[in-house]
Amino acid sequence: MGKTFAEKVLGKAAGYEVKANDVVTVEPHFCMSHDNAAPIAKTFKKIGVKNVWKPGALVFILDHAVPAPSDEHAVNHKEIREFVKEQGIPNFYDVMSNGGVCHQVMCEEGFALPGLIMVGSDSHTCTYGAYGAFSTGIGRSEMAAAWATGKIWFKVPESLKITVTGKFKKGVTAKDLILKIIGDIKADGADYMSVEFHGQGITDMTVAERMTLCNMGIEMGAKNAVCPPDKKVLDAIKGKAKSDKWEAIWADDDAVYVKELSYDLGDLVPCVAKPHTVDNYAAIDAVKGTEIHQAFLGSCTNARIEDLRAAADLLKGHKVAVRTIVIPASWTVYRQAMKEGLLDTFLDAGCVIANPGCGPCMGNHEGILAPGEACISTANRNFKGRMGNKESFIYLASPLTVAASALTGKISDPREVL
Amino acid sequence: MKTTGKVWKYGDDVNTDVIFPGKYTYTIKDRAEMAKVALEDLDPEFTKSAKAGDIIVGGKNWGCGSSREQAVSCLKERGIGAIIAKGFARIYYRNCLNEGLPIIVSSEAVDAIEAGEEVTVDFDAGQIVTKKGTFPFPPYPEFVRGLIEDGGLIPHVKKSLGLS
Repeated sequence: MGKTFAEKVLGKAAGYEVKANDVVTVEPHFCMSHDNAAPIAKTFKKIGVKNVWKPGALVFILDHAVPAPSDEHAVNHKEIREFVKEQGIPNFYDVMSNGGVCHQVMCEEGFALPGLIMVGSDSHTCTYGAYGAFSTGIGRSEMAAAWATGKIWFKVPESLKITVTGKFKKGVTAKDLILKIIGDIKADGADYMSVEFHGQGITDMTVAERMTLCNMGIEMGAKNAVCPPDKKVLDAIKGKAKSDKWEAIWADDDAVYVKELSYDLGDLVPCVAKPHTVDNYAAIDAVKGTEIHQAFLGSCTNARIEDLRAAADLLKGHKVAVRTIVIPASWTVYRQAMKEGLLDTFLDAGCVIANPGCGPCMGNHEGILAPGEACISTANRNFKGRMGNKESFIYLASPLTVAASALTGKISDPREVL
Repeated sequence: MKTTGKVWKYGDDVNTDVIFPGKYTYTIKDRAEMAKVALEDLDPEFTKSAKAGDIIVGGKNWGCGSSREQAVSCLKERGIGAIIAKGFARIYYRNCLNEGLPIIVSSEAVDAIEAGEEVTVDFDAGQIVTKKGTFPFPPYPEFVRGLIEDGGLIPHVKKSLGLS
């Protein structure tokens, strides 16, 4: 009987054969924290251990509110800088031009690698599955304990296999696929599971598209989500791997799954997740014409260069009808967008461009909504109050659908603009 | 260990943003202050009047969304005696164990319990006593029991490292 990705990768880390539902204790290869490194450092100090177990295994990336929009945030950032200095943590991405949204930076900088065990004090840590890593989000106490001991326990998850075939039709993207999957299996459809993406449809996708899929694994309850570490991944990490412990690990053909699903990309249409849950799927026809007040192109889900190109292509030569906030996922993406003239395209269309970071995604700054307002967003969550106001409404969609909607001020079908 | 309290009952998929809003994640650092905004975007009545010892009852997938531990800390600090749900999102589940906040999975009990009634959870006997009957629940696995008995992960780690 074959093994799933989770059984193989956790077995390798544990040093013995494991199967689903076994409990293992492993040493993570990397522990990522963002602005919450400050409260975690305080909890770490309560344990009474003087030094973190391995300074080089910790990665801190400031992104949740950068540059600091208030004195509370400024103090928080200051505490992180002090802890970094005190502990000699080499991998620190401050408010500087090598930074950006933590998950994007983890992938760009070569921390996300096939076969590694990666934990992050952020639920979207599952993004690194696009690079073949076993990566998952944990809470603050658990991260503090991991810094102190270098250990974390996991129940080896059961696995859900999603096989993707076919080709996208014009105007349809990886975001539409993942919103459809979550709409079908709901917010708890993959609770505690490892989600494996298989099939020619995944092989044909860019690593950026796979990041969009894996990023939203948590929105169906998954422990982790992962794509095959194929040539595209190996090319992407060439010359920049931050660890030599990586290994391309993938599930056996005869692995055992608790559930299997299949999707033909050709069957999909542009869609949104309606307020206030990510599994509230609606095909574009059902929501077309809904008035919006803001469009947001950003976040760890959909603000890579590929996403910006797609949106810019649609906006070129037109004017947006509502305020449109563009936040590239990192300064590397920002610079590339600048070189390609995409920033000019956004500015010419009337968009505003903010500095890389999480922006308004979880209601910190740079685009909070007013009561009664609706926003169409490329982010991953539309929970009540998520963008800072509980009387507002968030529709999640692809960069193409967000751009098309920005042009009309109403939720619009990108196929009618392209 | 036994806890008795008034029930606040909610539905499925209650997410961490409505339990502890994201906009407060870096502006509220004190646990007592976290307790004051608990469930602000879900049930302002709870935020105003929940008392220590009260019990929360939820549907499936309680605590989905963000990894923010404040969504557990705010309820622990408020003195919530237990959360009974049909299921918990995984990071939230681990955060509860790590904070020492007792949680119980029981679909039968959730269906039977009515909002506002008084319920007793008897952890030693492994049962929930409600108006409509008594519902058993299995004991925690041993290593989880150790975490809860030590008062959460941090005291547990201190103890295991000989630092407490």
